[in-house]
Amino acid sequence: MAATASQAVPGPVLDVERVRRDFPILDRTVNGHPLVYLDSGASSQRPVAVLRAVEEYETHSHANIHRGVHALSQAATEAFEGARERVRRYINARSTKEIIFVRGTTEAINLVAQSFARPRFRAGDEIIVTALEHHANIVPWQMVCEQTGCTLKVAPINKRGELLFDEYVKLLSPRTKLVAIAHVSNALGTILPVKRIVDTAHAHGAVVLVDGAQAVPHAHVDVRALGCDFYAFSGHKVYGPTGIGVLYGREELLQSMPPWQGGGDMILTVSFEKTTYADLPAKFEAGTPNISGAVGLAAAMDYVESLGIDAIAAHEHRLVELATAELQKIPGIQIVGTAANKASIVSFTLDGVHPHDLGTILDHEGVAVRTGHHCAMPLMTFLGLPATARASFGVYNTEKDVASLVAALGKAREVFG
Amino acid sequence: MDLKDLYRDVILDHNKKPRNFGKLEPADSSADGHNPLCGDRLTVFLRMSGERVEDIRFEGKGCAISTASASLMTEAIKGKDKADIGTLFGKIHSLLTQQTAVADPSLGKLAALSGVREYPARVKCASLCWHTLNAALERSTDARNETPATVSTE
Repeated sequence: MAATASQAVPGPVLDVERVRRDFPILDRTVNGHPLVYLDSGASSQRPVAVLRAVEEYETHSHANIHRGVHALSQAATEAFEGARERVRRYINARSTKEIIFVRGTTEAINLVAQSFARPRFRAGDEIIVTALEHHANIVPWQMVCEQTGCTLKVAPINKRGELLFDEYVKLLSPRTKLVAIAHVSNALGTILPVKRIVDTAHAHGAVVLVDGAQAVPHAHVDVRALGCDFYAFSGHKVYGPTGIGVLYGREELLQSMPPWQGGGDMILTVSFEKTTYADLPAKFEAGTPNISGAVGLAAAMDYVESLGIDAIAAHEHRLVELATAELQKIPGIQIVGTAANKASIVSFTLDGVHPHDLGTILDHEGVAVRTGHHCAMPLMTFLGLPATARASFGVYNTEKDVASLVAALGKAREVFG
Repeated sequence: MDLKDLYRDVILDHNKKPRNFGKLEPADSSADGHNPLCGDRLTVFLRMSGERVEDIRFEGKGCAISTASASLMTEAIKGKDKADIGTLFGKIHSLLTQQTAVADPSLGKLAALSGVREYPARVKCASLCWHTLNAALERSTDARNETPATVSTE
């Protein structure tokens, strides 16, 4: 990834004021203050280009896909399959057969858990996750463990929120069947060394799934360069709509997996005696999919590429550094997650003020942050914290947003005296 | 809407110095409350004298609203019998959820929680201790131990 604390990031500069004009929601006020949206890690906002693409599709081109010879069905099919090709290029997959449209990262991981892991794992087999995973990359594997008798192993992290790579390597053995890791931690912003993790896992014959929900909006992701077997992400965190996401899987693995859900669109022939399944990617897309969501996601990827992902990463990196420096000046603030390699996220606590109260007070000042355990309860337990407040940055955030956050934190200290 | 309507001095004071805080030993009954949304956890301990709450304490970790609400609750119900507590619970419920509710004078200091209703996301913070108290009260007479020891807001 481009954004690291140790190296300067030269490159194109983003015209943020122009970018902000692409996001109509940023014009609104919250509790009498201009909206300061620092919760893109939970869900990013959508640019006009995405809103228009969805509206255009719904207004002029909608019908069901892969079903009719009529003009609209063909237009819809072209839009949907065009979006698949757009996604393929975005992550540099070899073929559109490797791009499965799903509801989001969670569904993508569950698909792999149920269709890849469940049928082939046995008692004695092991799945490795890291201590900083989101619940979506923990619970599906726990379910597989219950279903098959295999075991979940947890690669530890240090207090800065960095993976203890040597400890992870020690967990690898011939029993390791799958390694499931975040690309970027949603709670701390840590960037994991995915390529090294993949290489060591492959050396032990294990398959690797990467939860890329927090990485795709902030970095150039090339699934072939990473060498991962599965890569999952959501549309709504990369300026696209909710309810659409992507599972990338290496073709030969996807070919070897049984369908997860049965229904229309995933079959070749059906009789009451025997059904044969469609080829990839349709095999994993039973039922009518989120067509306008895919169209919106494709538009979001066009938008991100028009700005340049490296420019976005550099811009966000500057904001993370600025926010970290400014927050550290406030008495009682602790930054949670101080990994050397971080992207887009600053998690923190303020002495004497519970994160939940902090969230309410910041909201009162128009500043939207996430507060809570960030769906990473085991990580919070490890850090000895019930919760943190998290500011997460997107392409439209500015130095002024950081200043508003700092001012609102001053207000919180005032209220709690 | 002023933040001071939510974070009144009484609330801030009870958050900073929660009353009746810590384990009650021996206790006749206890229950745990959990708000999975924000991670708040608390335990309510009771010592009963028949139908009357002779002593009550609580411990746990939570936001200012949840801590102050629990602290105020322990002060309000100590010495009260179950029927009175039931009535009080109803009044608190209205106070926290009904926009038009006028604070009942009998609520005393508990009326300080009236600002919470302007913040729907925070109502559960204030009500968690009351639901936990109810569970602890039910458990105090539940000889067969059928009442769950943990209540959750979700």
